[in-house]
Amino acid sequence: MTEQALTPEKTVDKKTWANLIQTAGILPILVVIVIIFSFIAPNFLTETNMLNIVRQASINIVLATGMTVVILTGGIDLSVGSVLAVSAVTAMAVSLMPELGWAAVPLALLIGLVLGAINGALVAYAGLPPFIVTLGSMTTLRGLAYLLAGGTTLINSKISFAWLGNAYLGPLPWLVVIAFLVLLATWFLLRHTVLGIYIYGVGGNPQAARLTGIKVNQVLLFVYAFSGLLAGLGGVMTTSRLYSANGVLGTGYELDAIAAVILGGTSFVGGIGTVVGTLFGALIISTLNNGLTLMNVSFFWQLVVKGLVIIIAVALDKYRHKGAGART
Amino acid sequence: MATASAASIPTATAPDRAPALEMRGISKTFPGVKALDNVQLKAWTGEIHSLMGENGAGKSTLMKILSGAYTADSGGEILINGQLTAINGPKSARAAGIAIIYQELSLAPNLTVAENIYLGNEPRQYGLFADRAIMRRETAKVLERLGADFGPDTVVDTLSIAERQQVEIARALHQQSHILIMDEPTTALSTRETDRLFDLIKRLRSEGIAIIYISHRMAEIYELSDRVSVLRDGTYAGTLDRTELSAERLVQMMVGRPLSNLFNKQSHATDRVVLEVKNLTDGGRRVKPASFQVHAGEVLGLAGLVGAGRTELARLIFGADRIAGGEVWLEGKRLTLRNPLDGINTGIAYLTEDRKAQGLFLDMSVRENITISVLGRDALAGGLLNRAAMDRLTSGSIQDLRVRVAGPFVTAGSLSGGNQQKLLIARWIAINPKVLILDEPTKGVDIGAKAEIYRIISELAAKGVAIIVISSELPEVIGISDRILVMREGVIMGEVGGASGITATQENIMALATGTTEMVQS
Repeated sequence: MTEQALTPEKTVDKKTWANLIQTAGILPILVVIVIIFSFIAPNFLTETNMLNIVRQASINIVLATGMTVVILTGGIDLSVGSVLAVSAVTAMAVSLMPELGWAAVPLALLIGLVLGAINGALVAYAGLPPFIVTLGSMTTLRGLAYLLAGGTTLINSKISFAWLGNAYLGPLPWLVVIAFLVLLATWFLLRHTVLGIYIYGVGGNPQAARLTGIKVNQVLLFVYAFSGLLAGLGGVMTTSRLYSANGVLGTGYELDAIAAVILGGTSFVGGIGTVVGTLFGALIISTLNNGLTLMNVSFFWQLVVKGLVIIIAVALDKYRHKGAGART
Repeated sequence: MATASAASIPTATAPDRAPALEMRGISKTFPGVKALDNVQLKAWTGEIHSLMGENGAGKSTLMKILSGAYTADSGGEILINGQLTAINGPKSARAAGIAIIYQELSLAPNLTVAENIYLGNEPRQYGLFADRAIMRRETAKVLERLGADFGPDTVVDTLSIAERQQVEIARALHQQSHILIMDEPTTALSTRETDRLFDLIKRLRSEGIAIIYISHRMAEIYELSDRVSVLRDGTYAGTLDRTELSAERLVQMMVGRPLSNLFNKQSHATDRVVLEVKNLTDGGRRVKPASFQVHAGEVLGLAGLVGAGRTELARLIFGADRIAGGEVWLEGKRLTLRNPLDGINTGIAYLTEDRKAQGLFLDMSVRENITISVLGRDALAGGLLNRAAMDRLTSGSIQDLRVRVAGPFVTAGSLSGGNQQKLLIARWIAINPKVLILDEPTKGVDIGAKAEIYRIISELAAKGVAIIVISSELPEVIGISDRILVMREGVIMGEVGGASGITATQENIMALATGTTEMVQS
């Protein structure tokens, strides 16, 4: 019996292999897309364009990172686009007040955090389904964003945080640096903190999480607040680039974020996924947009391609689950 | 482990004709587990052939192969009435005349009895519409044959479990099945319903149907069986004729050794009260006010039928459900239990009955599964994971509990049932519990892991942990407990073993659990 203790179980090899496919799975697809475009799209493979792609992806990376954490708990946050709009409009409105210009960014972030926390409280403590809660707040906050902007576009060419959207840190745009920092911090959170493991635990088996003494409600409150905070940051990033904000800002961003998360191999069921995968997912979407635009493919066809990619990604997700044998 | 040589396997004398069913050399391999290894089974027309074995011995797997739900590994043979028959799906099983009545019934509750019996197989009128007249007439005939009290137009939803079972049997008969498998058909039935079912089964036997009857209940096996085959750890342990039946023999065949060796019980019970429960209740829904004490080093068994309120009582003590009344005291201090964390923080651990649904994080690693209960306690400043402490705890637990894993990073989902269970026990040992509640700790684990879990329980008791074991397996609860409380319908009916003056026997426990017969005083 004792020597058996050292014998590995036979399923392990298969399992590790499946896990490897799961985490690395999307990177080859990104590489293939880049290679294809570099042959067929003019001016695609230039340093400027590569930076463009990453900069275009930066806001989606930030939103999708928050979304990953929410989806890891088995939830969803449809409100990020609207939270982004409310934060952006607030930041712009405050920046127009001569005395309070400095408060624009902190306030926008705080509003994102609070709105996310409200989502989280409704999910965790009122026990409402995340889809319904965030669908409701998506619509409500969209309306609020229009109201705050007074139905027009707020413009301020002298915002104090313009550097954020336009300046560079060395060769890298600040937008990219921020997206990278957000990603790194979240990776650290998920990988090296107790809360990170709790997030996976709550998504993997909420019942077991509660019976193991995890404060499930607090974890849920955290993830939605976190997603809200990052949506607020997304709002600041957007306005800093545009020098303006209105109620339409960020419409549909939630779908791009969800698409990036799912492409990155995070499971809708919860408990499985990484932010690194999400990064690749966001880059794929951004690369597709960029490459198709360079090839003069119309915006309408771009939508068609993007939609199909999402469906294929979900199909892959299902296949991966079968492969990993984690759930039946 | 003792290996039984071929000669020592008891085989009952066979009748002089071809068996209605013969399974030869059946094996079934799942990833990492050999569920069946060269198993055989022979059943004749007009006999009730019981199939026994511990949980995980392979009974259900064997029956699933017979009914086409699983395909056996190549090399085995199935003969129906002497004819080699390939069963590679539910359809071919049905065509071969095999029907299975599952534990969880498989009827559409919103349809009528006739519709259920004909489901997917309706007689057509003009090739398009279901011919209800034929369906009703034929169903009525079968129901009459069974002596059912309901008609073909009754909606299944309105029928009792026993009646639904009759519908399933009617469907089997209607499909001309001559081999009927019944998997623990009496678990949800009352005594009267059970008697009626037995009458029906015996009638079917006399009509020339071969019945394969799976049950854990010794009394049923005695009453019904013409022959009993036993499986042990996925292997064939032999067949006994009705005249050779004895409880000792069957148990020995099932566990491969005498029971006393398996439990190896030594009492470590002391007089020091660790846990005291006073009039604890959930408001009377599942748990009526319950009072008892558990001592340091004591193993208290909690017996009763499924649904007697044992799990619910345990969850109250742990803080998992809302306490409506009563008190829980730990080492002389009254506890406030609002959630499981309150229970855990005071040193109460609860191993859930359903390890996959309520215990394991299947996609997470062994290390995370073991350490998750103490991550917060061991964390570094700022809530950072203390990897060194996690590794120490993990490798220590793997060694102490003899968990068989390739390493700390494989997922919990890849382990066998026994190893998963040890993982969860390790998780609870990590909090240094004063009270450990184990709910069906050996459900669905193989006999080897069972013995090791008993050993772990005994070692923890020796260290002074107060242990409560909920178990529906009577030999187990008798074998490992210092004394046993028996529950029925949310009430603690009484105590057996220990200083209670009543011997801890299966009969006495069942008497309390069912509230039927007299008890034998010691």
